[in-house]
Amino acid sequence: MPFSLLKYGLKNDYPFENDIDLPLPTELKKHYDVVIIGGGGHGVATAFYLAKYHGITNVAILEKGYLGGGNTARNTAVIRSNYLTSEGVRFYKESVDMFKGLSNEFDFNIMYSSRGQLTLAHTDATIRSFRQRAEVNTHFGGKTELIDPQQIKELVPTLNMNPADMPVLAGLWHMDGATARHDAVAWGYAKGATQRGVELHQLTEVTDVIIENGKAKGVKTNRGTVSCGCIIQAVAGHSSIVAAMAGIKMPITTYPLQAMVTQPVKPFLDPLVSSSALHCYVQQTGRGEIVFGGGSDPYPLYNTRSTLDLKESLLASAVEMFPFMANLKLMRQWSGITDMTSDYSPIMGLSPVENYYLDAGWGTWGFKSTPICGKSMAELVASGGKVPEIIAPFAMDRFDVFRQVNEMGATAASH
Amino acid sequence: MKIMNCPLNGPRNISEFVYGGEVKAMPNILTCTDREWADYVFYSENTIRVITEWWFHSPSGYWFIAERHTATDEIFKTYDPSELFNQRIDFEATSALEAEKPV
Repeated sequence: MPFSLLKYGLKNDYPFENDIDLPLPTELKKHYDVVIIGGGGHGVATAFYLAKYHGITNVAILEKGYLGGGNTARNTAVIRSNYLTSEGVRFYKESVDMFKGLSNEFDFNIMYSSRGQLTLAHTDATIRSFRQRAEVNTHFGGKTELIDPQQIKELVPTLNMNPADMPVLAGLWHMDGATARHDAVAWGYAKGATQRGVELHQLTEVTDVIIENGKAKGVKTNRGTVSCGCIIQAVAGHSSIVAAMAGIKMPITTYPLQAMVTQPVKPFLDPLVSSSALHCYVQQTGRGEIVFGGGSDPYPLYNTRSTLDLKESLLASAVEMFPFMANLKLMRQWSGITDMTSDYSPIMGLSPVENYYLDAGWGTWGFKSTPICGKSMAELVASGGKVPEIIAPFAMDRFDVFRQVNEMGATAASH
Repeated sequence: MKIMNCPLNGPRNISEFVYGGEVKAMPNILTCTDREWADYVFYSENTIRVITEWWFHSPSGYWFIAERHTATDEIFKTYDPSELFNQRIDFEATSALEAEKPV
């Protein structure tokens, strides 16, 4: 080690100069077996598993902006599986399990940090729903339990146990809850996918989808037309707009979701804490900053602006939970555009157009499902349209037969 | 603070208003198929342009219609629903019985 350091110290060039993570941009080919619209976490994860597990490498990821620059960069990086329905818990549980091994699989640190997630109950009705969630989670092998105020105090000594005059009655303690660096997840998948031959084309916007006789045949982009065997739509925030190019109408309404982060402080908060009644979730990052988030904006909009109204109400709730935060300064604020479905579950699988696969409606639950989503979408495509059992409940036509997967209670404001 | 012009109460803070969804034609509940009803309830264009939508002024309990751009959030026009809905719509009780009958 000391000698190699000395050797590099005496060299003129940086030793890892040619060891780049992503290959340089190339021209678009005329044809790809698979075109993925959207170079966020889901898109690159799907490409990664297509290449790794199924040997399908003639794949192009077409990204309008840059890699992982949309909601992959804007979410608050919460990983958890303590949902309510069997379909949801089974799905997110597998995602959490996959996250644990990602750093090793990528040979790239995603800074996975398993800290546990705590949701607070302020009413008896919430405790009842928590009890159900704990049971469903345990059934599917997750580690979730109901804890009392004394245990909460021990876990989070700085928490105000009577925020906004709503005493904390119990907590849903989800030990599998975790966080990870969201950008690194996209980078790791992109690195692994491109090393196996997948092409990532940034600054390449899909402007139209070519459909012949009800089959997806190709896409038009700002860099030319590409024909393809099949298309996977993996965009967040513009699902309805992209689907409309393929003539598909979706059960989605699009809302902004705002978040913000404070200046860094000493480590004081290990678990991720959210309150079911205050609609606020709080976590401290590895750098000491405190990240806040809450519910979506009150009305639909395609805009990433921040509003004073939402900031005020969110900060009021955060200060109720952790009063000392009143002295902190905010460093950044931002928002993402979320495609909400009315049952708070995603839309995955087949679409009315043949060879056009949907990975949409990721509302506020997209980041935490990145690995399982990539894996199951890759399986769906590689099998030529045979829907994997784990995503079958999330088919778009569930709305036509009124068979929704209702995750509202376990999702709204507890990301 | 964003201001919305209520046709009944004049300019008010946006936090006093509740969004009520796009204005769209309701299919006849007695004769439509499940798919048509699902389309009405769940599906929407959800696109980027000026759309016509329902809003509710919560303190005064008043429903009205607004035309708003879904990307710029600019509110172009607000007006009383009577401007769009100027005829009475009847769902007659007898037609419910007819719908039950086998065709």
